[in-house]
Amino acid sequence: MADKHQMSVSVWRGAAAGSFQSFDVKMEENQTVLDVVAWIQQHADPTLSYRYACRVGMCGSCAMMVNGTPRWTCRTHVKKVLVDGHMEIAPLRNLPVIKDLATDMDPFFDKWVAAEGLHHPTQTRHDPIEAIDPASAGRVEVNAGIECINCSVCYAACDTVAGNPDYLGPAALQRAWSVYNDSKDAGKQAILDAVSGVGGCHNCHSQGSCAVHCPNELNPMNAIAGLKRETARNFFRRRAR
Amino acid sequence: MTFRLYMVQRISALIMAPLVLMHIAVMIYAIQGGLSAEEILGRTQGSVLWFLFYGTFVVAVSIHAAIGLRTVLSEWAGLRGTALNAAAWAVLALLLILGMQAVYGVTAT
Repeated sequence: MADKHQMSVSVWRGAAAGSFQSFDVKMEENQTVLDVVAWIQQHADPTLSYRYACRVGMCGSCAMMVNGTPRWTCRTHVKKVLVDGHMEIAPLRNLPVIKDLATDMDPFFDKWVAAEGLHHPTQTRHDPIEAIDPASAGRVEVNAGIECINCSVCYAACDTVAGNPDYLGPAALQRAWSVYNDSKDAGKQAILDAVSGVGGCHNCHSQGSCAVHCPNELNPMNAIAGLKRETARNFFRRRAR
Repeated sequence: MTFRLYMVQRISALIMAPLVLMHIAVMIYAIQGGLSAEEILGRTQGSVLWFLFYGTFVVAVSIHAAIGLRTVLSEWAGLRGTALNAAAWAVLALLLILGMQAVYGVTAT
């Protein structure tokens, strides 16, 4: 598009079946992809559905496919993604579409639970708070994955999820790895069993799309490699017993 | 892929790795003075050692490849359940038959 003050934005409309609708949006000096979506909803078509909350990259609600790449739209500058004055915005890949840009995140969160990515306490609330050495090996591993904001960008980026709907996906497995390395967690065997099933960590092909696209620059592929290592170790340990 | 298949595929890879190196090393060594079918068969026919060497190789390859193709068929062709397992067993059987036939062909007297 020749006009420097306008951009053309193709936005997905409908659910699984649907089509792209084109909107002309005014260019601003500072403008995120989420700003563009909000502008369309407020000024061009109030029926456009999308999801967001914090607008500062903390809540993980606003992830969408921008020009085919999963991104956190609130922290993605328009100028970074615009190609010849055009961009395409679609709902996140690998998740059922509810309407327009809003996906059903249930499968994503259900898999967190299926991967035992939840706390299994060793103590009760009446016990004193356990001191954790920040430099301990387990805590350092946990640190690597703890900034996950559950945005599902890695899940949308993962080709293994696309090819195998049972696969738990990078985020859930990274959470399982974080919990596994938590010295205050009592469910280590439950975690290893949960990530060893049909959809478990062993499906990962180490393609690394999760690490490439994670907006917080985390590396779920590393966490999954850790789970593979621990499950293999556990296999030989159990045999030796 | 389940953990069990993952471990079997990794262990079969561990078995294959030294066998591949040995296979290549022997090939390079054996062709030094030219190569003929008689020379190869003279070495392999009646040899229990070479039968075990290539027999193990064929078993490891068959298992490794069947599991790998099972994953490809699952992710790329959408095969699931019984159809997927049947296809993997068929690949295993085919590779075992072809491979063991070749091993028998060069080691039988």
